[in-house]
Amino acid sequence: MAQVFIYPATSLILSDLVARFGHKPLGTALSIRERVQTAGLDSPPLQMTPNDPKKGLKWAAVEVPSGIRGRMSLFGPLIDKAEAAVIVRNSEFAFGCMGCARTDELVEFLIKQKDIPILELDYPADEEDGILFVRKIRDFLKELEGTS
Amino acid sequence: MKDAIPPLYAGTVTKYVFIESYRATPDDIAARAYEVSAGVMIKETCFGLQITGPEEEVDRVVAHIRELDPAHIYVKDRGFPPGDPRRCRANLGGARPGYFGHEYEMGFIRRIAVGLEKLDDFSAQSEPVSEQTKPEGLSVKRLMELIAQEV
Repeated sequence: MAQVFIYPATSLILSDLVARFGHKPLGTALSIRERVQTAGLDSPPLQMTPNDPKKGLKWAAVEVPSGIRGRMSLFGPLIDKAEAAVIVRNSEFAFGCMGCARTDELVEFLIKQKDIPILELDYPADEEDGILFVRKIRDFLKELEGTS
Repeated sequence: MKDAIPPLYAGTVTKYVFIESYRATPDDIAARAYEVSAGVMIKETCFGLQITGPEEEVDRVVAHIRELDPAHIYVKDRGFPPGDPRRCRANLGGARPGYFGHEYEMGFIRRIAVGLEKLDDFSAQSEPVSEQTKPEGLSVKRLMELIAQEV
C-alpha cells in the first residue's frame, strides 16, 4: 500500500478512488485530524494557529504570504510523506476557501521536485471522460503496487 | 483568546459516506450501517453518513455499506469529528466551507459512477474520440438508461 498525495487535497473523488484501489490517500483531513486530536494546539473558532505560518517556513520562503505558509503547514508534511501523487489540474474548488492559486503552484512545484510517480488529469467533462478518468487512476495505482 | 478545546474522540477516525444512487437513499445506508455499528458512532446526514470510531471498525462498517451499491457510494476522511464546536454549523451558522467542495464534486460524480461501472468493460471507450467521429446527441440506449434511473 502506497501513500498517495491527492490534490485538491479535500477531493472526495480522488480520496475515494485511491482508497478503493487499495492505497492510502493523503488529504488535508489527515493533517486537520492530527491537529484537533492533539491537546493545546487549537483555540475556537480557529482551526489554524499563529504557529502554522511559522511551520510553513519549511516549504515556503518568509516573504511568501502567511496564508500560503499556513496552508503549507497542512500540505507540506503530506508531500514529504508521499510516495506518489494524483493531481487534478486547474480544479476550480482548489481556489477559494480551500486554497489559492499560489498554493496550488507551490504544491505542484514541490511534488514535481520529488522523484515520485505523478498522475495529472482533468475532471471528466462527460461520461466517456469519466470512464477514462477512473481507468487512468486504476492503472496508475496498479503500477504502484509493484514499486511500493 | 478563548479556552482551548480538549481533543474530542482522540484516537478515532471520522469518515464521510456519500451516496448518489437511484437504487438507495441515505436512509437505506444508515439502516445498513446500524446492522454492524458496534464500536462506532454514526451520524445521519442529508447526503449520507458520518462514521466515527477506531479505524478498523470504521473500515468494516464502510465495507458493509459499500456492498449495497459499490459504484454509487463514496467515502472520504474527515478531520473534525461530528459536532466539533469549531466546525459544526450549529455554532458557526450556515454551511461549513467544506460543503462547497463536496457540492462541486457531487455535481459530476455520476460520471465517476459510470467510470466505475464500466471499468472492466473493454467495449467502453478507451481513448477519447475525435470531434468528427463523436455521435451527435443522446443515443437511444443512453436515453432508455436515464429513463430507467428516473422511474
